[in-house]
Amino acid sequence: MRLYEHEAKQVLARHRVALPQRTVATTADEAASAAAEIGGRVIIKSQVLTGGRMKAGGVRFAESADEAREAAEAILGLEINGQQPMGVLVEQASPVAQEYYAAVTWDASAKRPVVIFSDMGGIDIEEVAEQHPEHLSRTHISNLRPFSDFEAKLAVSKVGVTGGGLGRLSRIVAALTRVFLEYDLTLAEINPIGRLEDGSFLALDSHMDMEEEARGAHAALLRDLGVADEDTRQARPPTEFEIAGAQVDAADTRGVAGRVVEFDGDLGLIIGAGGGSLTLFDAVRSAGGRPANYCEIGGNPSVAKAAGLAKLVMSKPGVEKIAVMMNVVSNTRVDIMARGVIKGVIEAGYDPAEAITIFRIPGSWEEEGVKILDRYGVEWVDRSVSMHEAAQRAVAKMQEA
Amino acid sequence: MAMFIRVDIDESVQQDADLRGRLAEVCPVDIFTIEGEGDSARVETVEANLDECTLCDLCIDVAGDAVQVVKLYEA
Amino acid sequence: MSVLIDADSTFIVQGITGREAVTMTRELLDYGSKVVGGVTPGRKGREVHGVPVEDTVRAFTEREQIDGAIVAVPPAFATDAILEAIEAGVKLIVVVTERIPRAEVARAVEYAAQEGARIIGPNCLGLIAPGKSKMGGIGGAADATRRAFQPGVIGVMSRSGGMTTEISNALSEAGLGVSTAISIGGDAIIGSTYAELMPLFEADEQTQGIAIYSEPGGPMEAQLAEHIAEHGSRLPVVAFMAGRFMDEMPGMRFGHAGTIVEGRADTTADKIARLEAAGIAVAERIEEIPVLLRERLDANGSGA
Repeated sequence: MRLYEHEAKQVLARHRVALPQRTVATTADEAASAAAEIGGRVIIKSQVLTGGRMKAGGVRFAESADEAREAAEAILGLEINGQQPMGVLVEQASPVAQEYYAAVTWDASAKRPVVIFSDMGGIDIEEVAEQHPEHLSRTHISNLRPFSDFEAKLAVSKVGVTGGGLGRLSRIVAALTRVFLEYDLTLAEINPIGRLEDGSFLALDSHMDMEEEARGAHAALLRDLGVADEDTRQARPPTEFEIAGAQVDAADTRGVAGRVVEFDGDLGLIIGAGGGSLTLFDAVRSAGGRPANYCEIGGNPSVAKAAGLAKLVMSKPGVEKIAVMMNVVSNTRVDIMARGVIKGVIEAGYDPAEAITIFRIPGSWEEEGVKILDRYGVEWVDRSVSMHEAAQRAVAKMQEA
Repeated sequence: MAMFIRVDIDESVQQDADLRGRLAEVCPVDIFTIEGEGDSARVETVEANLDECTLCDLCIDVAGDAVQVVKLYEA
Repeated sequence: MSVLIDADSTFIVQGITGREAVTMTRELLDYGSKVVGGVTPGRKGREVHGVPVEDTVRAFTEREQIDGAIVAVPPAFATDAILEAIEAGVKLIVVVTERIPRAEVARAVEYAAQEGARIIGPNCLGLIAPGKSKMGGIGGAADATRRAFQPGVIGVMSRSGGMTTEISNALSEAGLGVSTAISIGGDAIIGSTYAELMPLFEADEQTQGIAIYSEPGGPMEAQLAEHIAEHGSRLPVVAFMAGRFMDEMPGMRFGHAGTIVEGRADTTADKIARLEAAGIAVAERIEEIPVLLRERLDANGSGA
């Protein structure tokens, strides 16, 4: 879950990392008065959950309140990578002598957090890694031994920083690492850290991602930041259809009918589970089908949950047919799934024989499931028909219709 | 309306308070519920839960022939 | 031979009295796995399907050889359960629990490495040596497991539990069968990756080829490609790549916790290129996996 820049900076402020004077504004007038209060040159930055703000025109400088109003007006109306900004950050602009990069993230190969530091901040860090490897350090930290400040010092000193800057930068990197560890972040980045003419250091921009599973553990922090429970922080806000999907999943605790994502096609998908859904979604697309949605049904869902999902998908405008497909399942019961989808389709006002293009769930209680499917005239296939073939048959039926 | 499962409870069950209680307790998907109290207590089926029946037969283990689980899709 | 477990492996189930664990224990016993005990604090003296329950892992390890532990406890207690098993000297720990924060997983994995133990998972279905033994929910009921996992010559590794079964089933139907199948787990940080398990399959005489399931996110496929490019392999490797559509949707999370396109190296296109450069064939459909493997086995002159 990504935090906005202004939220990440609040987190840094709690850990006494020095930051420019700043205010969040949601209107152009607010931005103008914030600029007036800060005084002098300010920077106005779009608050969106995506990178590439600078390139898209989402970052501007202003010398006066009027300029700030104008800049904020433009930025507030500017969509970046499909996202509307939640507001702008108005910040004192500081003349910077040098920029540094600091980040802490998980190294999945080493299975440890890694502190990444560079004295070439402000530019694409992957480019630095490739072209100037001597300007970038990687320092892994232990999962067992508590983090200690010397590790931050090591990270900074590896790129050749010494003198007064070493201590000051190390303190920032140590604070960033503690933030990463304390709040179960998957990325904590300050880019750039600016060294000002007077030798002081400020965190000029920051990006933080919190592990989805850890949201509950950090409810207090999220409440302080004003992040609501229903705020998914995906790359785009959830649609009504997706919110309804999450409600179907939350209605009872049996099984999973999760990660419902809306697409603009005409073939509804009841697919599962994790890897099976990825495979089947690809299979439908490679057969020329146009999915109306993505979802992951798994575990051993109740009839009500499977029915709720089928009904939701069938109720989506433009959807008259669905495909019900899973990989060979270990725990999911075929008969329960058959009951659920047939029920959902009927409740949505359709005939299962017409609406269900294919049913491919090989697994336990298959014979019982087949009795139900046959009774309602639903075409089913067993494990001798592959996932891709099943998807092809579903798409072929769409094309006949 | 349940579409897949119907559960028939023989009237004899209603005379046996212990059996009524065990039926309500044993079902993993809460198909049985006790209505009323004392002499007028009866075990009834919960309409909304009938289709959730997992065919586990635990109710039949408890009540024998006095409970029938009917698969409507076989009728 | 098989990998990590064989017919004689003894193990315990931590959290054995939980609803899902009770079912899993029944399925394991039906399959013939040697489940010799279960641990649930406070339930000492009880039995689950005839398996004795103790309060601690040490209660078992102090009196008999325990080869492995299945951790099936809720996420809040899972790390503690893993650490307890490692401390008691258990060398193979299969963690089926989902939603353990990755810092905790990393802590357990580092401790395991220090003590010479191996973790499979978390968020996995476990592993199976068909016809011998299985650890975890893999395959479900015993008869369904026997159908999908027939003994044979292909080692299977998969980040997706369900796809472990699907791929193994395809190999069984095609007559190649499975030597050992390991559901390695879908999380970003896991106990054992493809590259880390590869040497075990290399050393296993029964295994003649490898099938892996792969998906976007994380460095695991790149790591395997690097490992094979560096060390070579006697085993032909075929990978199936799912989630190709995700390349068009950076920042959106689908599938497992470890599955998100955040950078160039996370895309399926990048991974396919790296795998192919290391000589690993990449299948577009599951049914191609046995075909591609058989071609390579024939070229190697293997008898399968």
